[in-house]
Amino acid sequence: MSSLNPDYLFVFILAAFVGFQLIKKVSPLLHSPLMSLTNAIAAVVIVGAISITGEEGATPLAKTLGFVAVFCATVNLVSGFMITDRMLKMFKPRGK
Amino acid sequence: MNAFVPFAAIIASSLFILALMWMSHPSTARRGVRAGEIGMLVAIVGALVQHEVVDYNLILIAMVAGAAAGIPMALLMPMTAIPQRTAISHAFGALAVGLIGAAEYYKHAHGEYAGSFIMWALMFEMLLGFLTCTASVIAFAKLQEIMGSRPVSFVGQRVVNGAVALAALVIAAMLALDPTQTWLFPAFVALALLFGILLVIPIGGADMPTVIALLNSYAGLAASAMGFALGNKLLIVAGALDGASGFILAVIMCKAMNRSFANVMFGGFGKVVAGAAGGKDDRVVRSASAEEAALQLENASSVVIIPGYGMAVAQAQHKVSELYQALTKKGVDVKFAIHPVAGRMPGHMNVLLAEANVPYEQLIELDDINPELPQADVALIIGANDTINPSARDDPQSAIAGMPIIEADRAKSVFVIKRSMNAGFAGIDNPIYYNSNTQMLFGDAKDMVGTIAKELAGGGSGLH
Repeated sequence: MSSLNPDYLFVFILAAFVGFQLIKKVSPLLHSPLMSLTNAIAAVVIVGAISITGEEGATPLAKTLGFVAVFCATVNLVSGFMITDRMLKMFKPRGK
Repeated sequence: MNAFVPFAAIIASSLFILALMWMSHPSTARRGVRAGEIGMLVAIVGALVQHEVVDYNLILIAMVAGAAAGIPMALLMPMTAIPQRTAISHAFGALAVGLIGAAEYYKHAHGEYAGSFIMWALMFEMLLGFLTCTASVIAFAKLQEIMGSRPVSFVGQRVVNGAVALAALVIAAMLALDPTQTWLFPAFVALALLFGILLVIPIGGADMPTVIALLNSYAGLAASAMGFALGNKLLIVAGALDGASGFILAVIMCKAMNRSFANVMFGGFGKVVAGAAGGKDDRVVRSASAEEAALQLENASSVVIIPGYGMAVAQAQHKVSELYQALTKKGVDVKFAIHPVAGRMPGHMNVLLAEANVPYEQLIELDDINPELPQADVALIIGANDTINPSARDDPQSAIAGMPIIEADRAKSVFVIKRSMNAGFAGIDNPIYYNSNTQMLFGDAKDMVGTIAKELAGGGSGLH
């Protein structure tokens, strides 16, 4: 347990490569919505916050910290996805 | 039910990757948002059904409260506030990461030693999380103009920053090796928070696009580190995607300013050249009226409009769109030249113009518009300054030498809408104002563009 699980590093490196390739292809037109979308996706840390808050034997301190973390992550993911969509709705081609 | 959990992670990761893939073009981008939303839903359900989770009350209350805060924020937020919103959302995300790290830390401090790798990952996660949180709050304060956007610097700044960073790292190492020293933990958090503040106060407003992108990257890396500490592959993937995205955007911004990361973070741009500004000379500035500009614009066959942060400040985008419509109706070809660092965040100008109903095909990137500028009859500069400064190209001594610019000065004639002759953010003199083919339109961008658009819509030359 005290050393790095190579599986995790493997997953990280692959995901970073995929990320680089995908982001390079994103149109500069959409860089603002891209930031709010990735921000919403990063709010997936909510799964960690859910475990901390709800797990058996969680201390009052852990529950409090977890509660605030769930709140923050929810704000981000809800507003992040919605604002991204609001922005993207505005990008219209000619003649529309 | 627990059999579903690893599959939820795989499904969610795949959907997040698809979401980014579909962001490549405006025509598929909204599908990307749907994919992201479904991925998130799957991830949350996966987390809730784990049988380790026994208490749902607090989780549900926090989620309802978060949605209650997030939904109005998303619906009511004006598009002009997007850079601030982005900054504050990085703060929220990073705070969540930091707090989860803290809760994990206390669990390990009172339990069995979790192993050095997990502790290192945890300390790294919290360091990034807490510093990104305060750094983003400062970025927000600067963008919201609660704080001045000028760089804040003091004597010995680098020494102080270095000492704070070093102290935070030393304590992090001590806690990673022996988590039972809980008395050190608040000091670690305080130092990380302080370091975030110190990191952003010396950075000026015009560097905000790079800083926001970099903070985006940090928030992602922190989430990835959390994935390492908790042994959660979904977090590693989502964090790596976010980290890669922020990093690439930051690189694009740096290239667009011909500067390095180190220079943006530690350069204190905007104070170096203060002495160079305001040099008195006898060069002639030609000014014109809105009517004259309107006449020349409608007689042009091609016009390139170059917006900058000044357009956002003056909230002129809707008037600019009216001008675009009026000219297009008269058969004038109108394009917009978008510099990557125009505005306060990556893509800022595109969002504002899209909101004002300018079709996205007309928004052209720097590299694609420059070859067209020598053929353009009129270049109309609205609130841009440093991004069109020819001395970046011509004067190797200039503070912005080598920065790629939109070559507005190559157009047959140039109009510049500007409040006064004050220098731009970088405080650098701009020779384009004194060129013989340049005419200045002094005034507020919104009023000036509105008047020109009215002249054009009024039919005919509008000269009385």
